Amino acid sequence: MKVQVDEAKCCGAGQCVLIAPEVFDQRDEDGIVVLLAPEPAADQRSDVREAAAVCPAAAITLDENPS
Amino acid sequence: MSRHDPDIRLPLTGDGPLEPPAEWQRLRERCPMATAELPSGDKATYLTRYDDVKSLLSDARFSRPTATDNAARIAPDGAGGPAANGDTSLAIPDRGEPHQRWRRQVGKYLTAKRMTALRPGMVSIAESLVEDMVEHGQPADLKAAVGFPFPVYVICDLLGVPAEDRDRFSYWSDAFLNVTRYTTDETRAAHTELNQYMATLIAAKHAEPGEDLLSMLIAESAEEGEGLSDDQLLHTGVALLVAGHETTANMIGKMVSMLLADRTRWERLLADPSLVRTAVDEALRFDANLGFGLRRYLGEDVDLDGRLLPSGTTVICSMPAANRDERVFADPDEMDLGRSPNPHLTFGAGPHSCLGQTLARSELQVVLDVLLRKLPTLHLAVPARELQRVEGLLVGGLRTVPVGW
Repeated sequence: MKVQVDEAKCCGAGQCVLIAPEVFDQRDEDGIVVLLAPEPAADQRSDVREAAAVCPAAAITLDENPS
Repeated sequence: MSRHDPDIRLPLTGDGPLEPPAEWQRLRERCPMATAELPSGDKATYLTRYDDVKSLLSDARFSRPTATDNAARIAPDGAGGPAANGDTSLAIPDRGEPHQRWRRQVGKYLTAKRMTALRPGMVSIAESLVEDMVEHGQPADLKAAVGFPFPVYVICDLLGVPAEDRDRFSYWSDAFLNVTRYTTDETRAAHTELNQYMATLIAAKHAEPGEDLLSMLIAESAEEGEGLSDDQLLHTGVALLVAGHETTANMIGKMVSMLLADRTRWERLLADPSLVRTAVDEALRFDANLGFGLRRYLGEDVDLDGRLLPSGTTVICSMPAANRDERVFADPDEMDLGRSPNPHLTFGAGPHSCLGQTLARSELQVVLDVLLRKLPTLHLAVPARELQRVEGLLVGGLRTVPVGW
């Protein structure tokens, strides 16, 4: 799985950090998303899917089958 | 029905105090862009489908109407209080790039990491409120004993308001928002006193900075030279209180009521407290008493799902109706405490989605954790159908939540 985040769309809601803190963080300067693990480990993937699905800004995209 | 008659009159109410209005389902099915008459007599387009509500709320072109927008009013002039018709503050930029800058300046104090750091403080506030409630004996009103003071105490800590001023703060906040319980004069006086208090507080933080949000914003302004003015700081503090007090206070009461109305829900949480996180979001989705929804004034034509909404239209986005949309949520009328993912729209969506949502989620999770741990035998002291809604237009809730344990 490959994760991408769109900083311009991010509204700093912090949902992704609450759900998958190993994969997402927020910048100290403005609360905008920081991607910690662009290729999350297998046991983190379901949390990452949940984070992407609930992101209020639709700022997280997933590639489930990267080539 | 002629073309000019409204399809519905707002507000809609459900049969029982926790039930959604039956019309939502019909509107989503047959009339997803209904013409609604508001209590002011003005007309607006009422959206009830998930995709429509989400797409309009996410549209960066539109924001909450301002006084100059000529948008449909919710309440008749003067009857809705200062918060009803969008005139809270001109000091905080409400759209475009300046809005985003303000949001990011304040938002960095409301990140998930910071809320996690605030949690131990929240837990001790919740524990002491629950202990006080138990000491006063049962039945008790959970809303007055816990739901109402808890979020205001948390915001006071966040802003650096000394503990001895919490209850005054709490009163002002209530009088400012609760237009049914207070007279216009009382509301106005509370507004003035709160502003004066905030101005004094900001001056004190200039003189002697602490670890709180206001002090940090002040320090930053000094460093960068283009931070928030004192006027903006004042309105930011008031905005946090307005946005974060009554809403969370009511949500605590509604969440606990929904969980206790069917005790199997409460028991499921007792058996597996790890469900608290998803249970809180499910309570947020399931809440049928979220109030009117969010207004948007369309300054240009909008194509929504193939239909034209002309420029000049006022739209009411019903998040609670969208949260029950069967196109998105399986078994939408079931409260499923493990529901995941749960992309409900209770906090809005897009560039204006609730800035304090992580704070609100943390508060609700803490209160629920503490109640499950300290009062596992908690139950409603009246039948759920006898709970009564508050009559306000802005923030939906229950008047009291009588409980025993």
